[in-house]
Amino acid sequence: MADHFLRLENLVKAFGANTVVKNVSLAFEKGEFISLLGPSGCGKTTILRMIAGFERPTSGQILVEGKDISPLPPNQRKIGMVFQAYALFPNMSVEDNVGFGLRIAGVPADERRARVEEMLKLIGLPGYGKRFPFEMSGGQQQRVALARALAPKPRMLLLDEPLSALDAKIRVSLRQEIRAIQRDLGITTVFVTHDQEEALSISDRIVVLSAGNVEQFGAPFEIYNKPATKFVATFVGQINTLKATVADAATKTVTLDGQKAVVPALPATARNGDSVALTLRPEAIVLANGTPRDIVFEGDVSDVAFLGSVIRLKVKLGENAIELDTFNDQRTPPPALNQKVQITLSGADVFVLGD
Amino acid sequence: MSSNSGTSTPSATPGSPGVVSVRRGFLSGHGWGEVIGVAPFLIFAVLFLVVPTLYLAYGAFVGRDGQFTLQNIIDLGTPQIINSFWISIRVSAASAILGALIGLILALAIIRGRLPSGIRSAVMTFSGVASNFAGIPLAFAFLSTLGRLGLVTVILKTVFAFDIYRAGFNLLSFWGLTLTYCYFQIPLMVLIIAPAIDGLRKEWTEAAETLGATRFQFWRYVGLPILWPNLLGTLSLLFANAFGAIATAYALTGSSLNIVPILLYAQIRGDVLQNPGLGAALALGMILITAVANVIYLVIRTRAERWLK
Amino acid sequence: MKRSKTWAWVVFILGALYFIVPLLATVQFSLSIRRGTLSLDAYTNVIQSPQFQQTFSYSLIVGAAAIVVGLFIVVPAAYFVRLRAPQLRPVIEFVTLLPLIIPPIILVFGYIRMYNSSSILPLTNSALGTDILLTLAYVALALPYMYRAVDTGLRTIDVQTLTEAANILGANTVTILLRVIFPNIIVAVLSGAFLTLAIVIGEFTIASLLNRPAFGVYMQNVGANRAYEPAALAVISFVITWGAMGMIQLLARFAPKTAIRTD
Repeated sequence: MADHFLRLENLVKAFGANTVVKNVSLAFEKGEFISLLGPSGCGKTTILRMIAGFERPTSGQILVEGKDISPLPPNQRKIGMVFQAYALFPNMSVEDNVGFGLRIAGVPADERRARVEEMLKLIGLPGYGKRFPFEMSGGQQQRVALARALAPKPRMLLLDEPLSALDAKIRVSLRQEIRAIQRDLGITTVFVTHDQEEALSISDRIVVLSAGNVEQFGAPFEIYNKPATKFVATFVGQINTLKATVADAATKTVTLDGQKAVVPALPATARNGDSVALTLRPEAIVLANGTPRDIVFEGDVSDVAFLGSVIRLKVKLGENAIELDTFNDQRTPPPALNQKVQITLSGADVFVLGD
Repeated sequence: MSSNSGTSTPSATPGSPGVVSVRRGFLSGHGWGEVIGVAPFLIFAVLFLVVPTLYLAYGAFVGRDGQFTLQNIIDLGTPQIINSFWISIRVSAASAILGALIGLILALAIIRGRLPSGIRSAVMTFSGVASNFAGIPLAFAFLSTLGRLGLVTVILKTVFAFDIYRAGFNLLSFWGLTLTYCYFQIPLMVLIIAPAIDGLRKEWTEAAETLGATRFQFWRYVGLPILWPNLLGTLSLLFANAFGAIATAYALTGSSLNIVPILLYAQIRGDVLQNPGLGAALALGMILITAVANVIYLVIRTRAERWLK
Repeated sequence: MKRSKTWAWVVFILGALYFIVPLLATVQFSLSIRRGTLSLDAYTNVIQSPQFQQTFSYSLIVGAAAIVVGLFIVVPAAYFVRLRAPQLRPVIEFVTLLPLIIPPIILVFGYIRMYNSSSILPLTNSALGTDILLTLAYVALALPYMYRAVDTGLRTIDVQTLTEAANILGANTVTILLRVIFPNIIVAVLSGAFLTLAIVIGEFTIASLLNRPAFGVYMQNVGANRAYEPAALAVISFVITWGAMGMIQLLARFAPKTAIRTD
């Protein structure tokens, strides 16, 4: 148990009557890139700020390398932090900003200078030392903020939605840069975001949070393909829902528009005649085209959009309208409106979710 | 949204997107209607603000015989007048520095001191009124407080057996006046510095903390350096404010403390200097000092704003 | 964290003492005219004196005149600058800075020199002329505050759209100003008016040098000759000033919220 780098044990935070973080326990390993993902108000920023020391937990412990850091004030925790609003000191040049932590620690001037240059090279802004924050773009400022946080060689890096204030293109390139630097340095990192694509693309593991609770904690592949709860399935990625009726609960048979299918599992409370929702990822439903999987349905094409390399179809199945994509085949024309098509999916792809 | 354009760039009239007008010169393209609207304002400004001041300044260079002369300026060099300016400068500087310091500390306390939220708005409202308090009633108030028969004087004498007048304090003196001036200097400082303190974003304090800084180090390296231009500028403003004030001093110390406005007042009333041109020169001196101090304030303020985009 | 809180409380309490004690002392002093007991005699002496009534009403009238003239000058200017001549804004704003830079004593000295018997506009020759001069001086003093109040009021009500709507319906500029714009900025106007009143009531320097029987002059006179009555006057003056400011705060609550903007 003592080898986990960062451990949150039964962490609770309440502001008056409002409990924002409800009994969270997590363990992160050294060198991992962890994302805290969730909608606003889910408690992810509060957890980050408790690790940093800006909020005191109502109860619970935060242990770094086995030691409880809760009694320590933020300026003694040796943690680097990057803020959403960059927070560069406006009265200081880039090199003074980056060297600030070193100066506080009493590092002599020439050593400081060398380290600052090293950091500027790391973030791809060598020679920007004399510039001031107001002369630089948002993306540049955020990189300087990153350099500033990393210069004093902290043992952990915290990032509070660092990319939210930047525009889309910069967001993508900067997140890859951050990941590359993190891998380079091997520093344990906790990254807060509400953007699931961001979290999926750069994390080693993701903590999905909702209303103060951990919904799921795992690698991106797991979170996406094996969502533990309905919230995770809907928040991360898209889902398609098929509404069916339970035909025989014992054999797990359902009917959809008169057609029968056997699903891997049904909610325990399902009785014959109940309606049930089959949830899957959109890419799990495809046109049969001669290679059917274990469940096949027949429906009517209600819309065809030819997008070039992709053809987007809407298929009507009972009360369901399913959207699915199929690749363009140069020799086969797309289905016509109202044409009957066979769509197929694998029972294993159906998510069995509690509500 | 204003722009000083004398160029021929087509641009949208502010407030109505899509309406394009071509501005070719200062007045062309505008009817007399617009100018009529602003005319009373500008006429008033010229007749009753700009010209009287300039006329007065000009009068400093006119001798008794009506000819241009620098004699009045030279005559400002008499010991009485120099002394007067010196006292004014000292009182203004003292009340400005004290007002700035105490005002800063007070503003920091109500904004960053985590006091109940009502306190900040109460103090700001009070400051809004108190900063205009200069005048006769203020003098009366302080006489009632620290005058020989004032409430505090009496309480200190009877309850604590401490006679401040015996100990050398006198309200009708340099320090008494300075103390009284602080009553409107401190609120003025609070009003002006509050937005600047608000501008010290929470993230800067937090960033400094994660980098290992103590509170003191934050203020030393980040907080005070950022506030510094504002502090200097406001100091200048407070100085100008005190320099031009007269009513309070007149009601408090009469003519015993010979600050420049009082000297000028006496001169206007009864020509005590026996030389109208000298009076104008005195006024010129006052105008220059207050104008320079105010300009310093404005310049520093605009430059500081550039920093804190 | 706790440490900073106590320090803040200490500072606040000390500050509050410095500002509240003089007010309390003034009130106490004003009630102490009769030895040994508290009485309102100082107030009755003052209020019943004819000079009080004369100078107070004089100052009120001058104040009212200053408000009217001020509005007449400021409202059209603010309106036109906002609507059609935004390039004049820097000029206007510079002008509104002048009264804050030029000390009142300088201003009145300039007036005396410029408008005395040997000038084109010999205002100081007659009592009425001097009254006019006094009023205009007060207009100048209040100008920055009046302009800021009216300008803020105009900003809130989307002047452009209102003017265009009224125009289409056939109104000319004067009508628009009087019937459309003015009623909608009443709150801002009243704020400016109360501020002007507060400035005028206590003003001493200008009134004294122009030799007019204003309230401020009367107060200084009393201060030179009586002991307890000045404190009563100070209290009355505070109440009026604070009352005026209080009205402004109250009015702020009734101010129209920002209109929907299309830009």
